[in-house]
Amino acid sequence: MNDLIRLRDIHKTYHLGEIDLPVLKGVSLAIARGELVALMGASGSGKSTLMNILGCLDHPSSGEYWLDGLDISPYGAKERARLRNRTIGFVFQSFNLLPRMSALDNVLMPLDYTREHLTEAQRRERALGMLAKVGLAGRADHQPSQLSGGEQQRVAIARSLINRPELLLADEPTGNLDSATSEEILEMFEKLNQEEGITLVLVTHDPGVAAHSRRVIHMKDGRLEDPGGAP
Amino acid sequence: MKPVLLLKMASRALRRNVMRTLLTTLGIIIGVGSVITMMEIGNGATRAIRKTLASIGANTLAIIPGAQNVGGINYGIGSQTTLTPKDASAIQEQCPAVANVAPLVRARTQIVYGNRNWVPTSIYGTDPAFLEVRDWTELAEGTAFTAQDVRNMSKVCLVGGTIVRELFDGHSPIGKEVRIRNVAFKVVGVLSPKGANMMGQDQDDTLLAPWTTIKYRVVATSLSSGNQSALNTANATEVNSLSNIYPNVTSSTNSETLYPTQSTNELTDVPQPIRFANVDQILVNARSAEDIPIAIQQITTVLREAHHLRPGALNDFTVRDMTEITQAMSSTTELITKLLLYVAMISLVVGGVGIMNIMLVSVTERTREIGLRMAVGAEPNDILRQFLTEAIALCLLGGLLGILVGRGASILVSSLLKWPTAASLGAIVTAVLVSASVGVVFGFYPAWKGSRLDPIDALRYE
Repeated sequence: MNDLIRLRDIHKTYHLGEIDLPVLKGVSLAIARGELVALMGASGSGKSTLMNILGCLDHPSSGEYWLDGLDISPYGAKERARLRNRTIGFVFQSFNLLPRMSALDNVLMPLDYTREHLTEAQRRERALGMLAKVGLAGRADHQPSQLSGGEQQRVAIARSLINRPELLLADEPTGNLDSATSEEILEMFEKLNQEEGITLVLVTHDPGVAAHSRRVIHMKDGRLEDPGGAP
Repeated sequence: MKPVLLLKMASRALRRNVMRTLLTTLGIIIGVGSVITMMEIGNGATRAIRKTLASIGANTLAIIPGAQNVGGINYGIGSQTTLTPKDASAIQEQCPAVANVAPLVRARTQIVYGNRNWVPTSIYGTDPAFLEVRDWTELAEGTAFTAQDVRNMSKVCLVGGTIVRELFDGHSPIGKEVRIRNVAFKVVGVLSPKGANMMGQDQDDTLLAPWTTIKYRVVATSLSSGNQSALNTANATEVNSLSNIYPNVTSSTNSETLYPTQSTNELTDVPQPIRFANVDQILVNARSAEDIPIAIQQITTVLREAHHLRPGALNDFTVRDMTEITQAMSSTTELITKLLLYVAMISLVVGGVGIMNIMLVSVTERTREIGLRMAVGAEPNDILRQFLTEAIALCLLGGLLGILVGRGASILVSSLLKWPTAASLGAIVTAVLVSASVGVVFGFYPAWKGSRLDPIDALRYE
């Protein structure tokens, strides 16, 4: 079983007062290790909800979710937090860097919650290595406000990689960037996917982004349109 | 998460907005500062009150011989002649809770200077420790008599202000001689004015002399304030030392006697009982108000042993304390302490509410940060701890600054207003502990609120 992610019949229903709002209506999906997948769909199609469930930020109302061979659907908030820390990296549309903290400190932040015991020097070394990997070796001491949008997103990518996750989830990573910078960021994702073997899921509604991925999954009204590769 | 890491995070968050941090801690700074200042002023006041009360005899214990019952006549308390100067020295040596011990012999008789005479309220034969016991060591004039004078039966005395006024017209009596029952006493010092005691008795109307002199040269009898009717039948004493109209053979100073003196032979044939040196009372002061019960216990043990009392036998003495005054003292100091505690509570609660307010703002402001931290793997407890540490750090910072402010204010108060203050380590330790617990109590709700956030909502929060 080489699939990193296996979803079976995932349902997610939000309860808004007396109205039940079904968002995911039976999603089944398998993503193999090392894949680069684009998740596309119009707004309201449920792709963000699916993304949150994939990222263990949310739990499904029903259905089963295997991540790395483990059934994690019954996990509680605490266990999911540990799982996120260990196996999942997030890249957001709005970068979500902490202001007034240097790029280096931003990259170091996830290590605060890791169970691995690293010395201060080891942590620093690893963070500097990550920054170098995204091409920001010289800007470690800059604060987010002193960096361009593309640079900020690269810091965010370095941050998502610091715990060496298996899975990288990017939610509209190029949504706030101009096309040239977007291209750079996407190339970086491709490189990470090919060289490091990191499984990547890009959530986007930009076909240009989807063109960089080898597999595109379309969503519509809480279901997958072409359940290719589903179990 | 390691505590070091939490502290680092907290210090970074607090440094992010220095002005806000300082203004937030101001509540705690003022709270803790005022607690310390108040406590130090209160301590000073308590000490001053204790000192004042000690000077009117709050720590004083009086040891009085028991009552004698002869042939159905009870002679009242103090009529037994069981207390000796030896008892006094035994108490001094064997009771650690006792600071000073003074034996006391009383007399009530006329004193004469030149063409004036006067009967003081009290003539006390004692030793120099009496002044310590009564907190009367500062003399208005001259010097006190010494232990040497007591041993030598010196005819020296100290007089109070009333005697100076009545006998000397307010002129300095130092070096003058007053006569007590025809014994000339040289005045060596004048007692500082003490006014009336709580019973309205004029304490300045006092003459102090070595107890040996009073005992052996002035009164050969015991307590003069015994059962008067019994006294008349037991041994008639002189009413007026100047009156030699009636034969008073007991007075050793009378040169003229109506009866022939005993010859040596007669003395050997009919031996006179050895003069038993008893004292009317022993005055003692305890080291502190708290030591009074311990002192009473120690004195009782020592005296029972000295008087060879069998277990079960009744005490042949009574130890009296000034219950009224000690109670007044403890209720006063208790009141002060409580009052300060309430003031402390109010100001710290106000400061704590300020902390809670700002922490709530901070949690709301940093909702996205919380969401992000949760996304990268922070457990709810990590978030709780982060904000709780921040609140505690804020309060401790306020507490530390408050200690400085409080110490400074109390130094200012004592130097500018001349109020007595006393530094108190307890106040400082309490202040730190209290400010930390204020941090925990008032920081918990905002931190808890932050930790309950849903990471998805938090990340989306604008």
